[in-house]
Amino acid sequence: MLRRVLSGDGLAQFIVFLSATAILALTALLVWELWSHSGPSRAKFGFDFLRTSTWDPVAGVFGALPYIYGTVVTSAVALLIAIPFGVGAAIFLAELAPPRLSDAMTFLIELLAAVPSVIFGLMGIFVLLPLLLKVIPGFKDAAGFLPIFSGPFYGPSLLSAGIVLSIMVAPFIISVSREVLLAVPKDLREAALALGATRWETTWDIVVPFARRGIMGSVFLALARALGETMAVTMVVGNTPKIAASLLAPGYSIAAVIANEFVEATTDLHISSLIELGLVLFGLTIVLNGAARLLILATSGRASR
Amino acid sequence: MRAAAFQTAGGLSFRRRAVNVFMLGLTGVFTVLAVSILFFVLGYLFVQGGFSLNWNFFTKLPVPVGETGGGMANALVGSAKVLLLATCIGVPIGFLAGIHLAEYSGAGYASVIRFVTDLLNGVPSIVIGIFAYALIVTRIGFSTLAGGVALGVMMIPIALRSTEEFLKSVPVSLREGAMALGATKSRTILTVVVPAAIRGLISGMMLNLARVAGETAPLLFTALGNQFWSQGWRQPTATLPAMIYEYAKSPYEDWHRQAWAAGFMLLALVLLVNVTARSIIAGGLSHKTR
Amino acid sequence: MKRTAGFVVAGVAMLAVAASGETQITGTGATFPYPMYSKWFNEYRKLHPDIAINYQSRGSGAGIQQVTAGTVDFGASDGPMNDMQLKEFQDKRGCEVLHFPTVLGADVPTYNIAGVTQALNFTAEALAGIYLGKITKWNDPEIAKANPGVKLPNTDIVVVHRSDSSGTTFIWTDYLSKVSKEWEMKAGRGTAVNWPVGLGGQGNEGVMGQVKQTPNSIGYVELIYALQNKVPFGKVKNPVGEFVEANLASVTAAAAGAAKNMPDDFRVSITNASGKGAYPISSFTWLLIPAKISDPAKKKALTDFLAWMLKDGQTMTQALSYAPLPKEVVAKETKAIAKIK
Repeated sequence: MLRRVLSGDGLAQFIVFLSATAILALTALLVWELWSHSGPSRAKFGFDFLRTSTWDPVAGVFGALPYIYGTVVTSAVALLIAIPFGVGAAIFLAELAPPRLSDAMTFLIELLAAVPSVIFGLMGIFVLLPLLLKVIPGFKDAAGFLPIFSGPFYGPSLLSAGIVLSIMVAPFIISVSREVLLAVPKDLREAALALGATRWETTWDIVVPFARRGIMGSVFLALARALGETMAVTMVVGNTPKIAASLLAPGYSIAAVIANEFVEATTDLHISSLIELGLVLFGLTIVLNGAARLLILATSGRASR
Repeated sequence: MRAAAFQTAGGLSFRRRAVNVFMLGLTGVFTVLAVSILFFVLGYLFVQGGFSLNWNFFTKLPVPVGETGGGMANALVGSAKVLLLATCIGVPIGFLAGIHLAEYSGAGYASVIRFVTDLLNGVPSIVIGIFAYALIVTRIGFSTLAGGVALGVMMIPIALRSTEEFLKSVPVSLREGAMALGATKSRTILTVVVPAAIRGLISGMMLNLARVAGETAPLLFTALGNQFWSQGWRQPTATLPAMIYEYAKSPYEDWHRQAWAAGFMLLALVLLVNVTARSIIAGGLSHKTR
Repeated sequence: MKRTAGFVVAGVAMLAVAASGETQITGTGATFPYPMYSKWFNEYRKLHPDIAINYQSRGSGAGIQQVTAGTVDFGASDGPMNDMQLKEFQDKRGCEVLHFPTVLGADVPTYNIAGVTQALNFTAEALAGIYLGKITKWNDPEIAKANPGVKLPNTDIVVVHRSDSSGTTFIWTDYLSKVSKEWEMKAGRGTAVNWPVGLGGQGNEGVMGQVKQTPNSIGYVELIYALQNKVPFGKVKNPVGEFVEANLASVTAAAAGAAKNMPDDFRVSITNASGKGAYPISSFTWLLIPAKISDPAKKKALTDFLAWMLKDGQTMTQALSYAPLPKEVVAKETKAIAKIK
């Protein structure tokens, strides 16, 4: 036994085992660091941390609601835009486009997912914001009576961040939805067509519902990505910790406030509150990623039956 | 059932045909839109940034605030150093652990490792920055080392996943053949399995690298920045993404110009690596089906 | 395979070897004096190629926090550290932290109004009202009456402030707290306050960028940022009733009283200083240096730099529109360098 361990083979096995265990240790360390360093603020504020909206470093009062609100709203806007476009494009790529064209276009769309966040931020500041400043006043004339489009528009806003995010997460929805749609058995389509359905009816009424869970999974993945986005958001969201009904108002997100305030938080309570925010974000993305995986598995399981 | 709804007396109604054409056309429009956004981003960066690339950009250090003529030479080198360190940390751990999952591990332990790795993968990059700050910066200060550790930790999950996936795709017969010839397990893996999967492993590593190359958030709290050359591993360093961020939100036109140039460089490198990596995989696949 | 590994190792080793004898010092902090510091450290490097003082501007709050945490060698702030922060430094690092004034600067109100390229006059009430969110339109009487003959539009004022912890904010809110009881109660003075209204920009650079890109906006930045970006900025009414523009003379006038009565630790506020021609939103800015530096090379580099800064460095301030330190302060500071052990 000892000889086996001391021989090269045993050593090799031990090394790879150590590496795998190192990952466990590393992750445990990370979670522990987050948990312990956020202790002071968790103890002081409890669940009120998530409910109150005053973030006052001078007075030592920290309520995370504006950041949670901003994160949720920008992600919601992103999904509202990205889901119709994304699922639509996925349908085209899976059902209509000839295979070579579909592969080529998917390849290009997946490259969009590789574009770094700071580049989207750069385009956001110098292309999107000026464009919106031109377009929104006209838009407000038509839709400004709605509370979500009320109030002044300065450029940086929840809406701007939502739009940038939608471009960043759409490739995930397209790519994964296309995969699950392609996995739907051919017989279902052929049966529907044989019964006289149009291509669209087949797709929309038969194929998409069948792949429903997988598509939802892709949405959860996109959402998880949107929640954690830092650079593109902080460059166009306005960095204002206020809760406003209007999408045209500036806002703040969890990731953005951590990026802006972490190196300069001078009190332990401030640092602890920021780390607690990080913990909240971490928790959200875990739940979403887990749910996404289950949903995508559920669809491919169904398809292989 | 739905089937009954499809059948009509005299064939398809005009409405159904119109809806069909319209909706299908719409999906095509959406797809073209998605693809053209990529071309728009690339094209815009090229026009704004490509023409801003000059000799100064590659060779000069930043100049004092408000002056012109500076460059990002130190940021280019700094990024290279941080990424090199990240690769040296993230790839070996992920690779070796991937071998464990693919070749040695029992199913129970494997799912634990996979689960925890997925957890690590889901950590937002800004939180990884906090982790690296608490672990390294509080001990040795802002440094290339801290930045490398932060990005290295981000590389681990993908390195593990892609290693496991590509090793598992190697046919069992190859392993059995080697073992039948008397090779030990570790020998088999090293000389037979890994080389068989090498295409996928390398391209996986390239994609991994391209992903972290663009990460800015973790570098904010770790590498900080440097207007001079960064010596060794324990000094703060300028990096390309961090410079883009700093220059983009500044008011100086010259800095904006440099931010575009840097953005173009970064995007060009990231996309080049991506395309190369994917064609390696694609080449491997067609090679296999022959 | 073995050969490439060898190359990689050699390459890594080469990258890791520090240049012989070069001392690198890292500091972070205020964006207020960043143009001056980046010029100084660049020039100093040219004079002493073996000393690289790397300064990253992240805001005064970061300067205070990171020098206390010991992750950087020195900090910089335009809001002096308060007693609680001084004690925290003492507890964490086992020695005290010394404040060294470097230059005098000014916070100016800068704005982006179509058709208005001249310097507007702002009363204290106007500035307080704008930042409290009570004065919302550019043609509000409080602004208009100080600017007869200027066509002010009937548009909403977009307020811009700092999103990060800032000494520039400290100076601005210190001034507002002195001139407006309501401001003092609602938001108070600090490097980061609970702003009643406005958009956040990161650093002086961020606020300047925001104002430039946002029509009808107003922000507060250090004078040099407005000058370098060629944007208009306003005059502010001082306690003796004059509308004063921020420049070398008016900032120096604001420091005149403090120069004579400078406390030993150099922590002093000169906002709303009375005196003819004094600009009311002026301030010193400080380098924060630990009293004990264990690395002898770093200690020598910093003390040498401070001596240079107090002599040759002071001759370079005017080109960037910072006022040099008063003679009395320079003399006192030169003696204080010896406190660094």
